[in-house]
Amino acid sequence: MREASAVSEPARRPPLPFPAKPPPGPFRRDFWRSPLRGPWLASFLSSALLPLIVICAITGFISHAAYDPDLGQNAIVGPGGIGFDLYGFNWPTNPAWLYAFTQGLHVVAGVAAIPILLAKLWAVIPQFFEWPPVRSVAHMVDRLGLALLVGGSVFVFLTGVQNIGLWYPWPFNFVPAHYYAAFVFLGALALHVATKLPTVRRSFRERGVIAPLREDLQHTRPEPPSTEPPGEHSSAPTSPAAPTISRRGLLATVGAGSAAVGIIAAGQAIGGPFRSLAVLAPHGPGQGTGPNDFQINKTAASVGIGPADVGPSWQLTVRGASEMALSREDLLRLAQSTQSLPIACVEGWSTTQDWTGVPLAELARLVGAEGSDSLFVESLQQSGAFNQTTLNAGQIADPRSLLALKVNGADLSLDHGFPARLIVPALPGVHNTKWVDTMTFRTA
Amino acid sequence: MRRFRYEYGAGPLHLLVAIAGLAVAGYGLYRALELVPPVSFLAWFVGGIVGHDFILLPIYSGIGLAAWAIARLGLVDAPRVAALNHVRVPAAISGLIFVVWFPLILGLGGATFEGATGRTTDGYLERWLAITAGLFAVSAVLYAVRVWRARRSRAGAGRRAPSPPSSSSA
Repeated sequence: MREASAVSEPARRPPLPFPAKPPPGPFRRDFWRSPLRGPWLASFLSSALLPLIVICAITGFISHAAYDPDLGQNAIVGPGGIGFDLYGFNWPTNPAWLYAFTQGLHVVAGVAAIPILLAKLWAVIPQFFEWPPVRSVAHMVDRLGLALLVGGSVFVFLTGVQNIGLWYPWPFNFVPAHYYAAFVFLGALALHVATKLPTVRRSFRERGVIAPLREDLQHTRPEPPSTEPPGEHSSAPTSPAAPTISRRGLLATVGAGSAAVGIIAAGQAIGGPFRSLAVLAPHGPGQGTGPNDFQINKTAASVGIGPADVGPSWQLTVRGASEMALSREDLLRLAQSTQSLPIACVEGWSTTQDWTGVPLAELARLVGAEGSDSLFVESLQQSGAFNQTTLNAGQIADPRSLLALKVNGADLSLDHGFPARLIVPALPGVHNTKWVDTMTFRTA
Repeated sequence: MRRFRYEYGAGPLHLLVAIAGLAVAGYGLYRALELVPPVSFLAWFVGGIVGHDFILLPIYSGIGLAAWAIARLGLVDAPRVAALNHVRVPAAISGLIFVVWFPLILGLGGATFEGATGRTTDGYLERWLAITAGLFAVSAVLYAVRVWRARRSRAGAGRRAPSPPSSSSA
């Protein structure tokens, strides 16, 4: 008969000298009374959780790439050192809703995962207190990985929830913290998945994948601890209480929670008629109906810009082969283009409006900078990481990329970037710089 | 190989996967501590585990235990358990919504929120309470329907026992 999988535990050296009898309380298996816990429940919850985590991880790295971190000062996950950035390609401009889609998916999958993650942690909590705490070197390695997994996952999801709720109670920069904590989480997750795969396979083989979902309350039985491999303790109870809810009842409740929070997040990501669903999100319903009455990110007042800064004396400085200074009237006299484009924020919401302004390609032509490799745009905004942006060659050349002067037929409001702002298809929202002051076209 | 398994407690593949996974995790920790004030990062990292294990988990385990305690008082029969679940399930769904959207429900963003969006956090608490009330209302309706159906089938069974089936038992 084939030897058990390489990651299971056959004959091994005797355990370290912990007392055989566990201390009282959660370290004793009979402390945990729920009859629903067991390898099948943990396996089922994990199987639902893992695809959502994979979606989050992939769209998270895509979001990082979307910021074009190799250009100018676009990198925001931290300076120097051995950073992990995805270079090698310029973020595209097609389709215009690309970032809205990937980042909406990131946030919706992320919040939908939270109820399942909490249920999973509840299902396996007896094993956090297993006794003896260390059975072998391999077991200790696993438990170290678990500490990093639980800590990393809670940190990543908690900072994510706080970011989309615009609450920043920590003194650190969200972006590097969330990004690198994700590495901690994903590294530990890879180890955990590899070591638990045999358990998942065994529990699905013994009990079926969805067969336990057909049991109603009267037929709900605890998973027997007798089927555990010797020396291993599963989360199944040794002293189960009578069930008060069936497994399918528990899972349906968790699923309903996931659906509810996911729908709220999706409402502000998809927008349009769905925005009315986003009743608990920052950018849900409740905006007015005027041309400038759509979602704002970063009011003028919050960055110290007032009407005096953008008065008639404002001029846009454009640099290329030559340099020009253009007032707002000069810009309005140039050929205008109107584009319907979304702005998609990293917090997973987006809004689509009609923007009118001068194409970036036209501005490049005026200063003899056709074929530039990048465009460095600076704002009147004095401080903050996003008072500047660097665009790539494809974004400059796309005819839909505008220096917008009006939105929905009316002048931009001050909060929306009056007198001029960038709007580029598929560009992460915060790079659509508002209150533009200077534009410098560069060749490599 | 057997010696390795004996000493280590698992096969060499486990060690290889562990090294790879923990290397990635270690890289993440290293970069995070380099870029983020280490004390506050670790405080939130460890605090997350502690907060979950010793605050959040006991809360919803407590709900389960309370349910079991009530059930154990010799009242474990189907209608009693059903009533319990018609309270627990909407409470759980409402709680899960709260866990994800609590910064807005509790208005924690404050000035940052207003500076970013131009709106206040008024109204979020009211909306969550309204959703919660809605969940309980739906649950109450479903419970009433179940009780009504149970009574009807009991009444139907009672009528059928002494006499032939009646065509009016619709």
